[in-house]
Amino acid sequence: MTVLRTALRYAGWALSRIWLVIGLIVLWELLTRSRDDPFFPPPSEILPVLREIWFSGPADHLFLTSKALDDFTPSLAHIFVGWLAASFFGIVLGVALGRSRAVSEYLDPLIEFGRAIPPPTLIPFFIIVFKIADPMYIAVIAFGVVWPVLLNTIDGARTVDSVQLDTAKVFGVSGWQRLWQVILPAAAPKIFAGLRLSLSLAVILMVISELIGAVSGIGDHLVNAQRSFQLPEMWAGILLLSILGLLLNGVFVLVERRVLSWHRGAQRLEG
Amino acid sequence: MLEIKNLTHVYGDGFKALDDINLRVDAGELVSIVGPSGCGKSTLMRCIAGLQRPTSGEIAMDGNRLEGVPGNLAVVFQDYSRSLYPWLTVRDNVALPLRRRGLGRSARRGEALLALESVGLADAAQKYPWQLSGGMQQRVAIARALAYKPKLMLMDEPFGSVDAQTREDLEDLLLRVRGHDGMTILLVTHDIDESVYVGDRVVVLTRSPGRVCADLPVDLPAERDQVGTRELPAFVHLRAEVGRLIRGDTRSPQATPAASSSPRAVPAAPSGTPISSGKE
Repeated sequence: MTVLRTALRYAGWALSRIWLVIGLIVLWELLTRSRDDPFFPPPSEILPVLREIWFSGPADHLFLTSKALDDFTPSLAHIFVGWLAASFFGIVLGVALGRSRAVSEYLDPLIEFGRAIPPPTLIPFFIIVFKIADPMYIAVIAFGVVWPVLLNTIDGARTVDSVQLDTAKVFGVSGWQRLWQVILPAAAPKIFAGLRLSLSLAVILMVISELIGAVSGIGDHLVNAQRSFQLPEMWAGILLLSILGLLLNGVFVLVERRVLSWHRGAQRLEG
Repeated sequence: MLEIKNLTHVYGDGFKALDDINLRVDAGELVSIVGPSGCGKSTLMRCIAGLQRPTSGEIAMDGNRLEGVPGNLAVVFQDYSRSLYPWLTVRDNVALPLRRRGLGRSARRGEALLALESVGLADAAQKYPWQLSGGMQQRVAIARALAYKPKLMLMDEPFGSVDAQTREDLEDLLLRVRGHDGMTILLVTHDIDESVYVGDRVVVLTRSPGRVCADLPVDLPAERDQVGTRELPAFVHLRAEVGRLIRGDTRSPQATPAASSSPRAVPAAPSGTPISSGKE
């Protein structure tokens, strides 16, 4: 009896959270059905197509079709490599600049200029340098990702609490120990904010970089579907990207929650 | 063991926080430094701790002139919530500075736990500072200073941010642990009662620019008690004396002038000038 009750309570909880989403999907279905416009197929048409293209494969391949592997592998690889490399670089440089007032004063104008350049506008130049190959996509993604991470890290490193720094100084905590044990943790909340921002940016840039002559990849699929007016397939691609973004963000939030659990705890009390 | 000579500090905007401070502290003493708001107490503390370079004057520990942060000095700050690191547990907070003493990890943890025991917080070792009350957090800060086994412990208005009851408990804690390893303690406070209750000596600073206007020995029994000691005539008299000095009413006949500064009736001071304790 209690199992049933717990199940019902859980169902109730889940329902109370996503009733709006379900409602909107139903609304979407009804609207598109009533209009019968080929450019806006109803979800009931899109979902089977999505499943058909990427998830109707053998069970031992996690139901992934071979097209799924062809599409997901390069796209995800580009995202991860680009995001990781740019994040690492952004954090390292950001901490260095955040801690050095003089240097950052010189570089601030350059950074402001760099971040203002919309990454897609530089794609032709990335193609000239890297040709249409893996490094090109990674470079486009990295160029976009680095700015939010860099700026947030500089801010975080710059605004470490002075009492925390005084404490470190008095107790002889300096150099690498101070970096690892004081500055990075203190800046971590802001750094993570920058990382989360840049993650969604990475997905967008992945698609954009693939719009220009990729051989495979999710963005490439989108472009092909668009050109051949296969609307459900195109929508399926859009939906897939949304799911991807949702998943990546979800994983990131889980990691962030774990790493920054102290921060949430401390903040809750301050409020 | 601590010798301060002609210490003067003028801030960048011309504000003179300290004027020709001279002070001698012997090993094992607990000296209270008390004065009105803005008298430069915190500035003095920061200069001794090496967080600020005084514009002129000399600070020497055991005969060695101090340049920068001395190695065997610990500080307990007033703002414990900003001094303890929220990303470390209580035990790790206490253990953090111990790496400087070259201890291995389990040795550091052991020492940290011992220090926490001596302040009565052995149970809180695995908690985070923000999960503790204000008084407990300050005790963690004290434990951290104790574990460091410094020769000199500076306390900058350590009990200013806690309630009165907790303050009394912490004062008694301080008296209990002061014997540790012959440690010398300098306590900066604005609380006159506190300065007399815990101290072996009370050094009174004037309104800014801060000068030593009196250096009074505390003639009370070593065993102190919050209620009993405060009833003693010696306590009442000394407390009143300090109070008068701080208010600048008269120059007390009992006051022992410190080495070279001449105590005088405190002139009207520039009001409203905040002490920027170098935080910006």
